[in-house]
Amino acid sequence: MHKIIKKEVLSEVVKLFEVEAPLIAAKARAGQFFILRLDERGERIPLTIADYDREAGTITTIFQEVGRTTKALGKLEPGDHIADLVGPLGQPSEIEKFGRVVCVGGGVGIAPIHPIVRDLKKAGNDVITIIGARTKDLLFWEDKLAALSDRIIVCTDDGTYGHKGFVTDMVKEVAAEGEIARLWAIGPMPMMKAMAATTKPLGIKTIVSLNPIMVDGTGMCGACRVSVGNETRFACVDGPEFDAHLVDFDLAMRRMAYYREEEKRADEAGSCKCGGGCGCHS
Amino acid sequence: MSQLRAKTKHAMPSQEPEKRITNFSEVALGYDEKLARAEAERCLNCKNPQCIKGCPVEVPIPEFISLVKQGDFLAALKKIKTKNNLPAVCGRVCPQENQCEKYCILGKKGDPVGIGRLERFAADYELKHGSDDTSTTKAAPTGKKVAVIGSGPASLTAAGDLAKMGHTVTVFEALHIPGGVLMYGIPEFRLPKDVVQKEIHKIKELGVEIKTNHVIGKLSTVDELLEEGYDAVFIGTGAGLPYFMNIPGENLNGVYSANEFLTRTNLMKAYDFPHHITPIKVGERVAVIGAGNVAMDAARTALRLGAKESYIVYRRSEKEMPARQEEIEHAREEGVQFKLLTSPIEFHGNEQGVVTGMTCIKYELGEPDASGRRRPVPIKGSEYTMAVDTVVLALGQGPNPLVPKSTPGLELTKKGTIRADEETGATSKPGVFAGGDIVTGAATVILAMGAGKKAARAIDAYLRSK
Ligand SMILES: Cc1cc2nc3c(=O)[nH]c(=O)nc-3n(C[C@H](O)[C@H](O)[C@H](O)COP(=O)(O)OP(=O)(O)OC[C@H]3O[C@@H](n4cnc5c(N)ncnc54)[C@H](O)[C@@H]3O)c2cc1C
Ligand SMILES: Cc1cc2nc3c(=O)[nH]c(=O)nc-3n(C[C@H](O)[C@H](O)[C@H](O)COP(=O)(O)OP(=O)(O)OC[C@H]3O[C@@H](n4cnc5c(N)ncnc54)[C@H](O)[C@@H]3O)c2cc1C
Ligand code: SF4
Ligand code: SF4
Ligand code: FES
Repeated sequence: MHKIIKKEVLSEVVKLFEVEAPLIAAKARAGQFFILRLDERGERIPLTIADYDREAGTITTIFQEVGRTTKALGKLEPGDHIADLVGPLGQPSEIEKFGRVVCVGGGVGIAPIHPIVRDLKKAGNDVITIIGARTKDLLFWEDKLAALSDRIIVCTDDGTYGHKGFVTDMVKEVAAEGEIARLWAIGPMPMMKAMAATTKPLGIKTIVSLNPIMVDGTGMCGACRVSVGNETRFACVDGPEFDAHLVDFDLAMRRMAYYREEEKRADEAGSCKCGGGCGCHS
Repeated sequence: MSQLRAKTKHAMPSQEPEKRITNFSEVALGYDEKLARAEAERCLNCKNPQCIKGCPVEVPIPEFISLVKQGDFLAALKKIKTKNNLPAVCGRVCPQENQCEKYCILGKKGDPVGIGRLERFAADYELKHGSDDTSTTKAAPTGKKVAVIGSGPASLTAAGDLAKMGHTVTVFEALHIPGGVLMYGIPEFRLPKDVVQKEIHKIKELGVEIKTNHVIGKLSTVDELLEEGYDAVFIGTGAGLPYFMNIPGENLNGVYSANEFLTRTNLMKAYDFPHHITPIKVGERVAVIGAGNVAMDAARTALRLGAKESYIVYRRSEKEMPARQEEIEHAREEGVQFKLLTSPIEFHGNEQGVVTGMTCIKYELGEPDASGRRRPVPIKGSEYTMAVDTVVLALGQGPNPLVPKSTPGLELTKKGTIRADEETGATSKPGVFAGGDIVTGAATVILAMGAGKKAARAIDAYLRSK
């Protein structure tokens, strides 16, 4: 059991939790994730480690409420417990001194960018951070990221805050000003796909963090398989970070949509008091 | 004893096929006391029992069977437990026809004694009636600490034995529930999960601590465990890495590895969706590729999840099918159809990327290969298309590389399994032992347990000499 220490409501649908997990906190590195299971009947869902405090023994995660499990999670309060947390999973980000690097976080993808920005800076890079969201209310951690970066650029699709435009537009501008040695882009699949298409002709090595459906997270089931450079890879153990220019995004997006009907049913069952037991949803 | 000995085993009471494919309850119901005693009567109590030779953990078969004969069921179980910590599991899933029962003298003229069924009976009797026997002999504490990685049958056996030898044992399991394949792979209808958990509970009662949600190689490495004060490490991480075929269309939706299909169903209880929240999707026509135990389990699971037609597609012939005889029979009774000497070469899908069919090619049998089985040779021009809406790949599993990759100095084989001494489980790294599927590649529960047992003995000797 893992106790929730802190909760922040970042927007109507985006929440932050700091959770007790001393062993994971001791080992966590940028780019890694964990899997949680809320309770006995729960699904195992992956979330990125957005921050960790080795001394306090906690990890921080930021998640968007999209379905049954994330909505139920969002209802928990400090002092509540989560049944299972397993991690840190996945390969850590490859951090070296590259030179001028860009980290792009889109929507809830702003969170996983944070430890990468921090480590890239520590490794002596010139870090430009770009964060973007559909609208102002969905932005968070601007200050935190600004403090770690050499420069921060904020944009919204609707222009309610920062520059009006997509993160890809901002990247084009930054690329025009000088060479980008490496770029990270984390966000919804369509955003990562668009970024790959933007940076490929510019010759910028681009890393994305893929978020396929997972079950065990240890390389045992193959649910998370993605095609990278025409080879099948398991995102949970080989990734989740991959070279964006080699990823088959269309396949990844189709695989993510496979359970849409069931997700809806689970969500409906979850919003009725019976918890799915009454049989009227099946 | 003048009474005529029955030539055939007493039949196993089972759920009728039409009924059982509508539920996940256990198919084989088990002997009652009367049947058990009658079956036990068939045993000749041989002076030189051949049956024991076939049991990798040397269960004292004639002795326990005579106790069943006498009606002293708890004593029978105690006898079994001197050698086997998981009798309720083994009695159900051991491929007895290739092991103990293969060597039983009665098998020469009729059916061998139903050793597995009797073992299961004795174990279930205790699980049901409880035992007042708490006298498990435990050696005096040695003060030595052993880390056991994984919690499948190899690890559970090693952990139980080491605890009995007086060592302090901690088991680290990656998943949220211990048991390995017994929990996530083998279905409820063949091995009820509460039976497994009850047996695990008995191992915990020996003082073994089980830490779930601990992925070794991520949370700690083997070297770190040794530095943190464990005096020895046993690696029993199994063969959990699913093989794929590397043919076009394999990543379509609806194409599952058997591991994913069975894990969703068993470990995550997707058959009880949405009460349990993990979904699974099964179409009307399901093709399972492969013919081992895993394939039979998947094909039978598919029927229970609502498939109208469930096929086993296998590139060799009936004779080469590696599954237990009983599983093949059960699958047939339930209506699973067999497409033998056939294998897919491509999967096709629709616009949503969901599988809709597969192109298969037919095979004929050629010369025997390295395994002694006749090699399947594709027949040119025999391609045809089969409509399917779910595919389960049950092509075997390799060793999970998480621990091997994070343990420098651990010698591996070409296949990626850990190189370990057959008698002791000792690896190339001092103080590190291994056993079960991570050493042999995918094998059986009882072989994994045998390896755990031998390793426990060797670890004990190693610790006492330190
Ligand atoms: C390595 C990794 C790291 C992740 N990190 C974060 C994170 O830091 N914050 C965060 O909010 N989310 C993250 N995700 C996504 C998160 O796991 C899903 O949002 C979650 O599983 C949805 O569960 P649910 O039951 O609430 O919704 P569901 O009912 O399962 O799904 C609802 C919707 O979410 C989509 N979805 C389902 N599973 C996933 C998935 N694995 N990834 C993305 N979308 C999915 C579905 O297509 C559907 O549209 C991560 C995913 C991976 C694989
Ligand atoms: C569907 C199916 C049906 C089968 N049917 C039969 C049958 O009828 N009869 C029979 O005899 N055999 C059967 N087998 C084979 C048998 O189950 C295996 O041979 C046996 O379970 C191997 O035991 P093990 O202890 O080596 O490993 P496993 O049972 O595989 O257990 C390994 C455990 O280690 C854990 N682990 C892996 N990596 C790590 C890590 N890095 N850190 C921590 N933990 C880790 C895993 O999560 C798992 O729990 C079947 C197998 C399957 C998949
Ligand atoms: S453990 Fe398996 S092989 Fe040994 S006696 Fe029991 S059923 Fe037979
Ligand atoms: S060989 Fe058969 S008959 Fe003889 S002791 Fe063993 S089980 Fe009994
Ligand atoms: S989630 Fe199962 S292999 Fe990656």
